[in-house]
Amino acid sequence: MQAVEAIWRIESARLIAGLARFVRDVGLAEDLAQDALVAALEQWPRDGVPDAPGPWLMAVAKRKAIDALRRRDSYAQKLILIHREAEPPVDDWDDAIADHLGDDLLRLIFTAAHPALTPDAQKALILRMLCGLSTPEIARAFLVPEATVAQRIVRAKRSLTDVRFEMPTRAETAARTRQVQQVVYLIFNEGYAATAGEDWARPTLCHGAMRLGRLLASLLPDDAETHGLLALMELQASRLAARQDADGEPVPLLEQERHRWDRALIRHGLDALDRAEALGGGPYTLQAMIAACHARAIHAEATDWPRISALYEVLAHVQPGPVVRLNQAVALGFAGDPSRGLRIVDELGDKLPGYPHLHGVRAELLDRLGRGDEARAELDRAASMSRNVAEQRLFRRRADRIKPGR
Amino acid sequence: MRFLTLLRAAQPEGAPSPELMAAIMKLGEEATASGALLDTAGLAPSAAGAKVTLQGGDLTVTDGPFAEAKEVISYAIYDVGSRDEAVEWASRFVKLHRDMWPGWEGEVDVLKVFGPEDFPQ
Repeated sequence: MQAVEAIWRIESARLIAGLARFVRDVGLAEDLAQDALVAALEQWPRDGVPDAPGPWLMAVAKRKAIDALRRRDSYAQKLILIHREAEPPVDDWDDAIADHLGDDLLRLIFTAAHPALTPDAQKALILRMLCGLSTPEIARAFLVPEATVAQRIVRAKRSLTDVRFEMPTRAETAARTRQVQQVVYLIFNEGYAATAGEDWARPTLCHGAMRLGRLLASLLPDDAETHGLLALMELQASRLAARQDADGEPVPLLEQERHRWDRALIRHGLDALDRAEALGGGPYTLQAMIAACHARAIHAEATDWPRISALYEVLAHVQPGPVVRLNQAVALGFAGDPSRGLRIVDELGDKLPGYPHLHGVRAELLDRLGRGDEARAELDRAASMSRNVAEQRLFRRRADRIKPGR
Repeated sequence: MRFLTLLRAAQPEGAPSPELMAAIMKLGEEATASGALLDTAGLAPSAAGAKVTLQGGDLTVTDGPFAEAKEVISYAIYDVGSRDEAVEWASRFVKLHRDMWPGWEGEVDVLKVFGPEDFPQ
């Protein structure tokens, strides 16, 4: 029943977070929420969807929670624990859940992205508990067998039995927040890097990550980089539809048909970027500022390349890395300073072995300097290094367009 | 996938109660925080708008109000995983009116915005 699935997407995170507050075990909370979902799948098609489906699910899960706690040998101890920690008695659940929803959702995110878990487990748990995705949906999105995902989730939940459902300490909060952001961005990139056309399950990852980003932004409204990450994902995702042509071939950013860019996502992303910049920013914010330069340009020729290369310069200091430098070199080429760009690429030396784009960039800069023959040779190298057939064709197409050297 | 919802209702008698407005705000915050609601706003009566028509080769601009019995009261844009999810949010919105504004009647059009999923490669 599709209505159940839709309601589940909306309610599952709140349900699990609220339950975890009381049973103090995220794995158990997730099981209880799933039990409530099973009950809904049995009853709703027969009796109709209840008027207030969220509270209905919570009431069922709550009953099952009390049963589960009673069955446990440690029930008495749990009660003692609950009272000692001055939590409300079980009768006051509903009020307590409403009052603490934001905190509980945050705790749930921090727990799902706990450093004790592997990145794969973190991604699967987050998609399942915060986005309400089913195991088959997660498996399809990551292109792995269902059994693999099921196993990851079981193992992850087992690892979490020793992890308390609580907020990180003040000293840990910043690092743990970065970790959550990293997992969300990993999920996004896994969806974004997939060549579209192969499977529309992949946008599930981009979409899920953006929703997580929006949830995080509402839970951590004062964290600049949370808004920066959201802006970055939305601005990048705004180009998804334009990234391939009718034949499924990749289209480079500057050749994309900009009317196919998603204006609503751009506007939303630019709003998030404003908040991020006002709060101080960081590496995600800087990357979003760069993406915004493209989003704001009506056509490719209107791109503010000097600003982009300046932003890459700052980014290279905040988050040093060869790919950032390489991108800066590209921007310098467009900004009218290809010789400085070429110097940067040459300084990278062998820091990016086997990376075809390095040769692609070098070719672009050489071509701008009128060294066409060398540029073509670089593109040949890039094409022979790339393992992606569509990308190889792209490099060869570019090589064919280069005029002979002077 | 994205949905545009348009709330239509007869031009209401009087104003909504502060309780209803508070409940609508809260639902909006909830939908925004969950990542589903991208944008929403109320719309002024059509008396403040105009209609541009092309008929039989003639272009005419008519000032509002429009003759329709129902006015478009507000719009929202949702970014969701399925049509059912958009329908669920729209239903919650309408239920608030049912529960807090006796006699109120209206309808929500839930319209799908074309997206990449509509053009399989």
